[in-house]
Amino acid sequence: MAEHPITVTVNDIEYQRSVPDRLTLADFLREKLRLTGTHLGCEHGVCGACTVIVDGAAVRSCLMLAVQADGCQVETVEGLAEGPELNPLQQAFQRNYALQCGFCTAGFLMSVTAALRDGPVTTDTEARDVLSGNICRCTGYTGLVKAVLEASE
Amino acid sequence: MTGTVPMIGASVPRREDRRLLIGRGRYLDDLDLPDALAVAFLRSPHPHARIQRIDVSAALAMPGVVAAFTGADLAPIQRPLAPKVLHPDLVDFPRLPMPPHEVHYVGEPVAVVVADTRYLAEDALELIDIDYEELPSVGSTAVALAENPPLAHADAESNIAVRLRQRSGTPEDALRTAPHRLSGEFHVIRGGGHSMEPRAVAARFEPATGQVTIWDTTQSPHYARQQLSLAYDMPEDDIRVIAPPDVGGGFGPKAQFYGEEVVVPWLAMTLGRAVKWVEDRQENFVATMMERAQTHRIEVGFDDNGKLLVVRDFIEHDQGAYCAGLQVPSITTSTVPGPYRIPNIHTELIACYTNAVPTSSVRGAGRPQAVFAMERMMDRIAEYLDIDPAELRRRNLIPPEEFPYQVGIMFRDGSPLTYDSGDFPALLDGTLDRLGYDAAREEQRVAREHGRYVGIGIAVYVEGCGLGPYEGAKLRLTNQGRILVTLAAAGQGQGYETVYAQIAADALEMDMAHIDVTTGDTGRIPFGQGTFASRITATAGPAVFDAALQMRERLFDTASRLIGCDPGDLTVSGDTICLDTDPEKSVSLLDIARAANIGKHGITLRDGIKPGIETVSYFAPARAAYASGAHAAIVEVDPDTGAVRIVKYVIGHDCGNVINPRLVDGQVLGGFAHGLGNALYEEAAYDPDGQPQATSYLDYTLVSAAEVPPVELFHLHTPSPLNPLGAKGAGEGGTIPAPAALANAIEDALRPLGARITIAPMTPARVADAVHAARQDG
Repeated sequence: MAEHPITVTVNDIEYQRSVPDRLTLADFLREKLRLTGTHLGCEHGVCGACTVIVDGAAVRSCLMLAVQADGCQVETVEGLAEGPELNPLQQAFQRNYALQCGFCTAGFLMSVTAALRDGPVTTDTEARDVLSGNICRCTGYTGLVKAVLEASE
Repeated sequence: MTGTVPMIGASVPRREDRRLLIGRGRYLDDLDLPDALAVAFLRSPHPHARIQRIDVSAALAMPGVVAAFTGADLAPIQRPLAPKVLHPDLVDFPRLPMPPHEVHYVGEPVAVVVADTRYLAEDALELIDIDYEELPSVGSTAVALAENPPLAHADAESNIAVRLRQRSGTPEDALRTAPHRLSGEFHVIRGGGHSMEPRAVAARFEPATGQVTIWDTTQSPHYARQQLSLAYDMPEDDIRVIAPPDVGGGFGPKAQFYGEEVVVPWLAMTLGRAVKWVEDRQENFVATMMERAQTHRIEVGFDDNGKLLVVRDFIEHDQGAYCAGLQVPSITTSTVPGPYRIPNIHTELIACYTNAVPTSSVRGAGRPQAVFAMERMMDRIAEYLDIDPAELRRRNLIPPEEFPYQVGIMFRDGSPLTYDSGDFPALLDGTLDRLGYDAAREEQRVAREHGRYVGIGIAVYVEGCGLGPYEGAKLRLTNQGRILVTLAAAGQGQGYETVYAQIAADALEMDMAHIDVTTGDTGRIPFGQGTFASRITATAGPAVFDAALQMRERLFDTASRLIGCDPGDLTVSGDTICLDTDPEKSVSLLDIARAANIGKHGITLRDGIKPGIETVSYFAPARAAYASGAHAAIVEVDPDTGAVRIVKYVIGHDCGNVINPRLVDGQVLGGFAHGLGNALYEEAAYDPDGQPQATSYLDYTLVSAAEVPPVELFHLHTPSPLNPLGAKGAGEGGTIPAPAALANAIEDALRPLGARITIAPMTPARVADAVHAARQDG
């Protein structure tokens, strides 16, 4: 298996690694960098658990190869908190019981983070639209909708 | 202690959240096991086939591959995995961890590869040479019960696993003499648990001690240990099963025991290396147990006022390729009567073997199907007699003064089916009030005048929960001066670390800041059952409360000796025990630990100090408790496309006393989303031969936030008399009646067209077909 050198900046830290060409970005983050907050739920791009932000865009890290992230800026759930403080979106998730098992949570946080950078989310329908690319089997989404609206205020 | 705010009943924020929100959860695949090898399974592509030849030599020769085994290589551990719930008449076929000769469903493991990485292990699977002789196969109960059917097991006489029968009164006489009779046939399609984290097992063997440590996403670590002890013929003390602190959802399938759970630790013991297997979603679709597939042919007899006189329900249940347990069909047979007073009952279930992955409990566990059939019939009766469906239900609901109410049949826990408490009429009326039922009927009338198809659906249900045999808890004063609550139960997102600290805090009358909770590790507490059947709050809850009361007594006893006073003069303040009248006179938890637990080597304990401050309690309920609820929906249906829009949805829920209301809300609303999936979307389709047709989330649609409507939720709190907390289960109630309520609403919407809704899920195609069929008939 051919290996390729790549340079990826993850949460403002630059990493230089040699990776097999077929290694997914998700496995690169989890196994090579031990950033295990990004989870794999379906590995076919539907559930959204593996969502990270690459050069500003929310992407499924299960559908992207690590070599495609060469030279990119990647943001993962580990980079959200501001020091020991949860960031406002994380706080809104906790206040609104937007998580139960937590396995999908990182993906939701990253999808919503990217969406809120595009502009405020002010209605229940908009919030559901923002959330609709990710699957949560535990909560029924009520807390997630509230969390998005609250974080957007 | 005066002024303490009770923690039981308080919506305390979850302790688990922080680590999960910052990406520091500890799920199984996040465990860093140094030098662990990756495991991948080769799975049968055929529903039923004989393995003629299997050769792993090319796979073994591949660089990076450490080992490869077939079923024949696993002879020492090829013992059948026993069904969880048995019946004397069950025709059982051995479910082997990795069958060497004959496979019975697509997805059944036939070989295993161990390699340096999962990528390499999956490459090697493609190098395994295997020849199958395909055998006739069974893809549904309809095929299984046809005349001269193909046989799911080649050496079987028929596809029937067992017949279960429940009777009360004289149902045949009652049907014969009933003023009115109606019958219906209803189908529920297979659906899965779909925890976002699939199953996973990792193991490490310690040759020096002969002990194997197993990390397993199981809902039932003690059950897994018991099964492994039998499979390996090893003492249970040499097997430590740990459900990681974070497990990404359970919903039933993870409460079952699978061949992979036997094979993976055996690999670790055989190879002397740590190994890890993480199921991917493709495997999860074909190899993780699912549920739901049933056909009900139900008949009811009733009088002119709509009073139920008798129900008779013949049920076909899809058991899958093996019997992993009869809990689901057994629960179905006892759930049919639901919240209604029915003097004569006959339920009869045929569990059939099919060549599909075995079925077992999935959130709801046999109840949604029974509720679907019964509640559909309640609407049919109302239509037949031209009585409002809400009024019809009121006339039949068991009134609150009749509890404990004996239904006349048995529950799956072995006790006479007895509803402990509840207020079904208040649940129904509260739900309808919030729906604005009368106004909704008026709006429906107006909508129909404008050619719009608006419908209202109601479903009322009961849920047996809090089942035995027992669950336990251990409390210890640690040497750091903290209270540690140890549960055998393993959580999958329910918030155990929070809830059980709340319960212990109230019994101890101590701030929960001084209390820690640990779960799901057989090395920490010897006995346990597991998280299933909405049972933990009602079983482990009382155990924690009792062990904490004992702990309080131990702490006060020791403190009274140290301070020199009567225990009755003491109170808790922060992490100290002090004199009520003089808080300066106090000892801290750490002081007490030093005096009674740590001691001084070789020095006699102070007079009267009892060593080792640890308390244990196991709670065994007399029988199941019964939670209850009512769902009501307003929908609008497009008869041409079959699209269903939920206009309003209200849930009334009664799970007795609640520990943490916000967490209960989360359980109910999450359960509802699952039920909505069963009602409108989720369909694990198999072709008639048993070849799965929906094996990705493109074909099997889980609801997203866009599909789930806002829900209005309210609670009644009728305490259960069966446990000292008065608690019942909350994990499944949201799921159970949702398909029934929505089916009733959809059929009500289409009533002007006469369309009949008989199958869940009610996909647009099915709804449009029902309209089409009605138009053809009309």
